[in-house]
Amino acid sequence: MVKQKTRQDSLIRMVIALTLITSISALILSWVHEQTKVPIEQAQNNEELKAIEAVIGNDFDNNPYQDRMKISTSHGKDKLDLYIGRKDNKIKAIAIKTYSNQAFGGRLELIVGFNILGQIKTYKILKSNETPGLGSKVSEEKFKSQFSGLRPRTSSFRLTKDGGDIDGVTAATISSRAVIDAINRAYKAYQRFRSGGKYE
Amino acid sequence: MNKKVSLDNLTRGIFRENPTLVMLLGMCPTLGVSTSAENGFGMGMATMFVLILSNAMISMFKNFIPDRVRIPCYIVIIASFVTVIEMLMAAWLPTLYTALGIYIPLIVVNCIILGRAEAFASKNNVWQSVLDGIGMGIGFTMSLTVLGAIREILGAGSIFGYPLFGTAPKSLLLFIMPPGAFIALAFMIIGFNKLRGVK
Repeated sequence: MVKQKTRQDSLIRMVIALTLITSISALILSWVHEQTKVPIEQAQNNEELKAIEAVIGNDFDNNPYQDRMKISTSHGKDKLDLYIGRKDNKIKAIAIKTYSNQAFGGRLELIVGFNILGQIKTYKILKSNETPGLGSKVSEEKFKSQFSGLRPRTSSFRLTKDGGDIDGVTAATISSRAVIDAINRAYKAYQRFRSGGKYE
Repeated sequence: MNKKVSLDNLTRGIFRENPTLVMLLGMCPTLGVSTSAENGFGMGMATMFVLILSNAMISMFKNFIPDRVRIPCYIVIIASFVTVIEMLMAAWLPTLYTALGIYIPLIVVNCIILGRAEAFASKNNVWQSVLDGIGMGIGFTMSLTVLGAIREILGAGSIFGYPLFGTAPKSLLLFIMPPGAFIALAFMIIGFNKLRGVK
């Protein structure tokens, strides 16, 4: 396969070649974008729903992802996403997306579910940069299961190291504290939501 | 004769010129995403998809693209395919899409792809370029999957997400962390060189 020796490397040829290639690629990209727009949205919706279901179960008949609101914590510093699970128009459970900036690897995001008594159902880590095998263990059942039924912002809602009832993950105290910090933040939003009178 | 050349182009990437283990190309995704066998496999497949299509496209347009602007042209073609696969993954493989994160757009600057475009696709016909893409893709996918598997087994005690040694495995955390990637890769290259008979 011998290259054409007669190929002209003139300026006009280069401009034409680049313009053509970029326009074709733009055309293809806009077409693929049109085709995938709806599925991507749907995939996101399903992901969110899956996360919500993971923390409040599936005892609801509405779509909590559609039934969401932004709510500020009691100090009004941050706004958190709050999803309401309803059955027969009665609130059954609430999922709140929250975060902590005190984690080992920067920002940690999780979603936590509360029942109507304000007790934690469970939580799910959404985004984290914790050390794999150490801090990342905060997403494991062994650590997670300690939270179910607890009420945040009480004296026992701390690590045993800090005088509370929760056993931190070995060698990952900072990550364990970050989870508690994030849930406390969510609970502030939860209290705000309840005192807002929208609860029945 | 022709068949022999085709077979040669196909198998070259898998063994003799394995992009990861022999040519040491694409080290960034290799070390970055190989924390588990599944991530390694997903990354390998995504790269293979881009590699095959960009090889085919570049070889198709090789006489149309002027020599002096060939690199920008290649990059545009490669970036387009990467964006396509990024959108497709977000739509139909959201879990893998989240797991691979920033490494998907980084396929654009994976030197295996530009390297094959420059070294092979710009000099050969479409069919041979596709074969080369498949071979190199398989080579890359295999290396990443094996490296991911080694790191996952040693570091997390599981393979493809399934636990191997019960619920509370004793594992070597080092292998999940970045230094473990270098160590595991080094031993893989030693093993591969022994296999190839390099002294």
